[in-house]
Amino acid sequence: MQTKLTINGNEHDLEHDTRTTLLDALRNHLGLSGTKKGCDHGQCGACTILINGRRINACLTLACMHDGDEITTIEGIGTPDNLSPMQAAFVQHDGFQCGYCTPGQICSATAMLEEARMGWPSHVTDDVTSAPDLTDTEISERMSGNLCRCSAYPNIVDAIRQVSEKTT
Amino acid sequence: MRPFDYTRAQDSAEAARIAGQGATFIAGGTNLLDLMKLEVMTPDHLVDITHLDLNEITQTEAGGLRIGALVTNSDLAADMAVRRGWPLLPKALLSGATGQLRNKATTGGNLLQRTRCYYFYDPDMPCNKREPGSGCAAMGGMNRLHAILGASDACIATHPSDMAVALRALGAHVDLMAEDGSTRTLPLGDLYRLPGDTPEVETNLKPGELITHVVLPAPVHGRQIYRKVRDRASYAFALVSVAAVIDVESGVISQAKLAFGGIAPMPWRMTEIEDFLIGKAPSEDLWEEAADLLLSDARGQGSNDFKIPLARRTLAAVLNEATRGDDQ
Ligand SMILES: Cc1cc2nc3c(=O)[nH]c(=O)nc-3n(C[C@H](O)[C@H](O)[C@H](O)COP(=O)(O)OP(=O)(O)OC[C@H]3O[C@@H](n4cnc5c(N)ncnc54)[C@H](O)[C@@H]3O)c2cc1C
Ligand code: SF4
Ligand code: FES
Ligand code: FES
Repeated sequence: MQTKLTINGNEHDLEHDTRTTLLDALRNHLGLSGTKKGCDHGQCGACTILINGRRINACLTLACMHDGDEITTIEGIGTPDNLSPMQAAFVQHDGFQCGYCTPGQICSATAMLEEARMGWPSHVTDDVTSAPDLTDTEISERMSGNLCRCSAYPNIVDAIRQVSEKTT
Repeated sequence: MRPFDYTRAQDSAEAARIAGQGATFIAGGTNLLDLMKLEVMTPDHLVDITHLDLNEITQTEAGGLRIGALVTNSDLAADMAVRRGWPLLPKALLSGATGQLRNKATTGGNLLQRTRCYYFYDPDMPCNKREPGSGCAAMGGMNRLHAILGASDACIATHPSDMAVALRALGAHVDLMAEDGSTRTLPLGDLYRLPGDTPEVETNLKPGELITHVVLPAPVHGRQIYRKVRDRASYAFALVSVAAVIDVESGVISQAKLAFGGIAPMPWRMTEIEDFLIGKAPSEDLWEEAADLLLSDARGQGSNDFKIPLARRTLAAVLNEATRGDDQ
């Protein structure tokens, strides 16, 4: 079948099997290998991308379900010469070791700050009618869908906190 | 994954009609695709319902809310009317899965997610739910996640949804549309079936029947608590969960709505416990008696035996928190 995908502002016409996940379309059909495959079952967050600004797991959705959507991958978040604030903060704080989970962490954190800006509560928010401050506990809970096998978590939280403080 | 045809439905009636001919709905896909990759579910035709006009939350005349089946778990948990009037629901939603998954997971899909029984997920193992008549590997096997209430000799799996537990306590109904376009409404408790001899049949939905909305009655007064006990503090399924709306007036319980997750094949509610609590003064002894009512038929399977005392203690902890002094 055929699907038109808009990725990082560029349109791509994709000829693919109905079974192709969005993750496999990005990596194998379009050569956008920044998005990683860890578990392929929605458990690790390595495949996190943004659809219409919201973070999702690209491994648990079909490419054919996304024509017309605005897809942003790590390649669209920033480039080596023009890092996004989140990418720069990860570099500054050493928010990684092997780096495999990092594109997913950065996409996830970028969208997570937007969720917090919209006042979304989390599981650790005492009063769900409030718009809580992004404490370290809030950051950890909201990032629980991104596992890091190297356990770079403290530095990841440092990086995210820095961006959050600068932008709020 | 097995090959399948794909159709994007334009409206609910079309979706129900195609599903009536044997196709399977796909909404967020977060449970269905997971199971299709493992070939636990092998639909030959998917109907994509994500473009249906079912993504709004509106007020009902009765003072409740009508939630479209495609409203995502994130949007439902973030909705200010829901947070103010039915805080139990966002609490339960936010205790489940992750930010990424909740952005995709839908209200309808969450209700119909399948069990997390390890053997159900493994096509090499016997499982009556996946392959009727093949046996149940969880009996005598690993059954830490499994049911202590409502199970049968054929299947001891639990329903994994947190949202459904809150909705059960809140007295929600589901609106359905059948393949011929006709509609009906069921109390949430009647959506689900206990396993009995046919654990592969999990709901009372007719073939092709689409969940179009979940309807909440007007908010009830009282403290709303969702307590989920699990193997780690975040991002794990419930071992035991308790959803409660409790109010105390003049020293006695005046409102009690309770539902339980992680312990049964469906979100569990026993109105006997609620009736028993009403009109009585909070006390540890009262909690013990309430737990006796809940657990009189409870049966462990070995590795889930701990759930019987855990359910008792979790209920007591929730009732203590719900009736504790300050703003009562
Ligand atoms: C790693 C991981 C952790 C998770 N943790 C939790 C947790 O802690 N707590 C929790 O509650 N959940 C948890 N979940 C499950 C998650 O909540 C469900 O996968 C999700 O809610 C399913 O919604 P969906 O829209 O993606 O459904 P889909 O996968 O699209 O569909 C699920 C089923 O529902 C049917 N269906 C969908 N919509 C309709 C409709 N409108 N009418 C009729 N049938 C329909 C489909 O045919 C399918 O059979 C977790 C999932 C993952 C992958
Ligand atoms: S408990 Fe139910 S789902 Fe699990 S193996 Fe037994 S029959 Fe299958
Ligand atoms: S690869 Fe998608 S969550 Fe692990
Ligand atoms: S940096 Fe290695 S997995 Fe996170």
